[in-house]
Amino acid sequence: MSQLDLARLQFAMTSVYHFLFVPVTIGLSLLTALLQTGWHRTGRPELLRLTRFFGVLLVINIAVGVVTGLVQEFQFGMDWSAYSRTVGDVFGAPLAMEGLAAFFLESTFLGLWLFGWGRLPKRVHLATIWLVALGGMLSAAFIMAANSWMQHPVGYTVDQTTGNPQLNDVWKLFTNPVFLRAYLHVILASLVTGSVIMLAVSAWQLRKGSNRLAFHASARLSLVVLVPTLLLAMLVGSELGVTEGKYQPMKIAGAEAQWTTCQPCSFSVFQIGGGKADHTPTKIIEIPHLLSLLATNHWNGQVLGLDTVQAQYQQQFGPGGYVPNIFIQYWSMRVMAYLAVVVLLVGLWGLWLLWRKKLSTSRWFLRIAVWTAVLPFLMNTAGWLLTENGRQPWIVQGIQLTREGVSPSVTTATVATSIIVFFLLYAALAVVDFVLMSRYARRELEPPAVADAALTPTSY
Amino acid sequence: MAFATFWFIVTTVLWTGFFVLEGFDLGVGMLHAVVARDEAGRRAAINTIGPLWDGNEVWLIVAAAAMFAAFPPWYATTFSGFYAVMVLLLAGLIVRGVSFEFRNKVDSVRWRRTWDTLLTVGSLLVPLLVGFTLGGLLHGVPIDQQHEYTGNVGDLFSGYAVFAGITLVLLCLLHGATFMTLKTTGTLERRSATLARRIAPVTALAVLAFLPWTHATAGKGVLPSVVELIAVIAVIAAAWLVVGRSEGWAFFATTIAIATTIVSMFTDLYPRLMVSSTSHAFNLTVQNSASGDYALKVMTVIAAVFLPLVLLYQGWTYHVFRRRVSAEEFTGPRSD
Repeated sequence: MSQLDLARLQFAMTSVYHFLFVPVTIGLSLLTALLQTGWHRTGRPELLRLTRFFGVLLVINIAVGVVTGLVQEFQFGMDWSAYSRTVGDVFGAPLAMEGLAAFFLESTFLGLWLFGWGRLPKRVHLATIWLVALGGMLSAAFIMAANSWMQHPVGYTVDQTTGNPQLNDVWKLFTNPVFLRAYLHVILASLVTGSVIMLAVSAWQLRKGSNRLAFHASARLSLVVLVPTLLLAMLVGSELGVTEGKYQPMKIAGAEAQWTTCQPCSFSVFQIGGGKADHTPTKIIEIPHLLSLLATNHWNGQVLGLDTVQAQYQQQFGPGGYVPNIFIQYWSMRVMAYLAVVVLLVGLWGLWLLWRKKLSTSRWFLRIAVWTAVLPFLMNTAGWLLTENGRQPWIVQGIQLTREGVSPSVTTATVATSIIVFFLLYAALAVVDFVLMSRYARRELEPPAVADAALTPTSY
Repeated sequence: MAFATFWFIVTTVLWTGFFVLEGFDLGVGMLHAVVARDEAGRRAAINTIGPLWDGNEVWLIVAAAAMFAAFPPWYATTFSGFYAVMVLLLAGLIVRGVSFEFRNKVDSVRWRRTWDTLLTVGSLLVPLLVGFTLGGLLHGVPIDQQHEYTGNVGDLFSGYAVFAGITLVLLCLLHGATFMTLKTTGTLERRSATLARRIAPVTALAVLAFLPWTHATAGKGVLPSVVELIAVIAVIAAAWLVVGRSEGWAFFATTIAIATTIVSMFTDLYPRLMVSSTSHAFNLTVQNSASGDYALKVMTVIAAVFLPLVLLYQGWTYHVFRRRVSAEEFTGPRSD
């Protein structure tokens, strides 16, 4: 493998890993804030006990999320120095804003929330968890603005002397049509992730039969959040597909392994072939018009084929291959979408049981709900593979190729060593985190007396 | 141009903020197992920084992001040139960051010893490697006309850069020991004070050697600058104050000493950002590396709004957790 391949592998590995923790942080902090708000309003003791219970899971998760985020920030400079040099004028700004406006808020108020139990007035303490949640959502906004700029660059001019993009309209970064949809999609996906985790933990506890009253309440909250946010996430996701189809036709055509331009286009539920050497894949199950509808919002919409766009790009940008890896595109899209349907069915089943007042007694549902916890992580990973692989070979669509962005001064051996270091470190962290999460997720709730007297501040 | 200089100042302020704030919690991290003989004492030591360290660390993240946004080539050349150093630094930050949260989650002596060791080592690596890198910026490393690093790992080493790392470790140790003296009670407080007294003379000597070395490396003439003079006075004052019983003033002195040492490094660096040992014509400077005026203007507005706000709520956090922590609080059964 070349230095470029290794740098890409390192970025993919560390980003995918980091994003296992990010959506849990965002989703679970919002849900924990809701639980604490419920306690604040009603005074129901089980809501306080749940807040403290899920709060522990939240901070175990945040610990890994924060430290793996550091790697992301450093990596642009370490492995992608040419990229950083070229686009820092535009791309650096949202990163600096993220630190100033979001990270400080999230980290400082997390400390206040954790150690502030019983020390801060109740109302102020409630505000701190909301500020933690706000910090997480804000940080996602800035980083998604930066990422969306890589998908669809806006708000810049090209500097005459250096040839580098220069920021000239910061509002455009935050009104970028890709950003608006992608950001909403990420926040909704985070809520889905958080609520599936909460549902799974509650289901495990209900099956064990401990604290029925409390875990019935958290299961209910998670189901009520899960189903609407998942439906919205699917809707926004498909809107994002239409928008990206406009600016990154390769991404959408690649997700369908659609080599030739079609109109109207059918969607293949499952197909064999369709890779680089096989432009006429065998479609096993086809749904007429569905691809037109998904990609363009029209029944008879036209979808540009990979070969068509390739020819177009060669004229525009010169000779070279502009088609992303089709296998990753095609399957990441399907893994994400099909699993979303599975999660939706589980959610609807849960809501139905809730309505029939059978939620805490349906053993099959509880058993399946526990295992559903795995799915959001697969969906989130697939979603990022879809959007980032779909941008290739560009690092910034139309401005810089990925291979031009890599650090010229870094050797293959250096990157290889660094991958090994991070792989070992991350693997160890994954084991510890998983052991701690499952241990604390299976713990009994704090006895009411402890929780009431309250509010002993957390300590390390 | 005015904006570029302003952002050099902002970056200096951010790195200074990092060492002033995270400096003492790095010190506590390095010393927690030395200062306390038993588990209750260790927990008390760690809990003096419990609610604070995470917010303090953000100063590092923002300092790096400010370099990226305001001076992209500075960020690009530093992080790619110091690649191996950055991998180690990240490893240090990672094990240190999770150890706070993890060490108390399993009730086993071996488990806690492991995380204590990682916390100590991580807390040592961070000031050592950041100091080494900042020292390298001033001392110079091989950089070509395109501002690309041309050396290997060995070329990063210079006596000055290594000594910069050691000096910052010593400053953090002293800062942490005086902080613990200020924030603990009983035996822990006494032992912290003793540690501070032992560390202070070594730190003072290191700083007294480091500042002229910095001045000479930067080629700034014979006369020391005002900031350097303040740093000298502050570190001597700190060494003198830790002997007495005025913990508050001692902590004030270590704060000034660590702040002025960092500011000295940056003022001596200015207007350069990163010195090329190949040719001074290839230096990265505030002029040749700054982002466009528009980007800097936008970030100035953001910084003007948010930085005071951050100082306000972080200040409030320090006020909320101002009480001393005593080992007796941790002798009972653990709550988590």
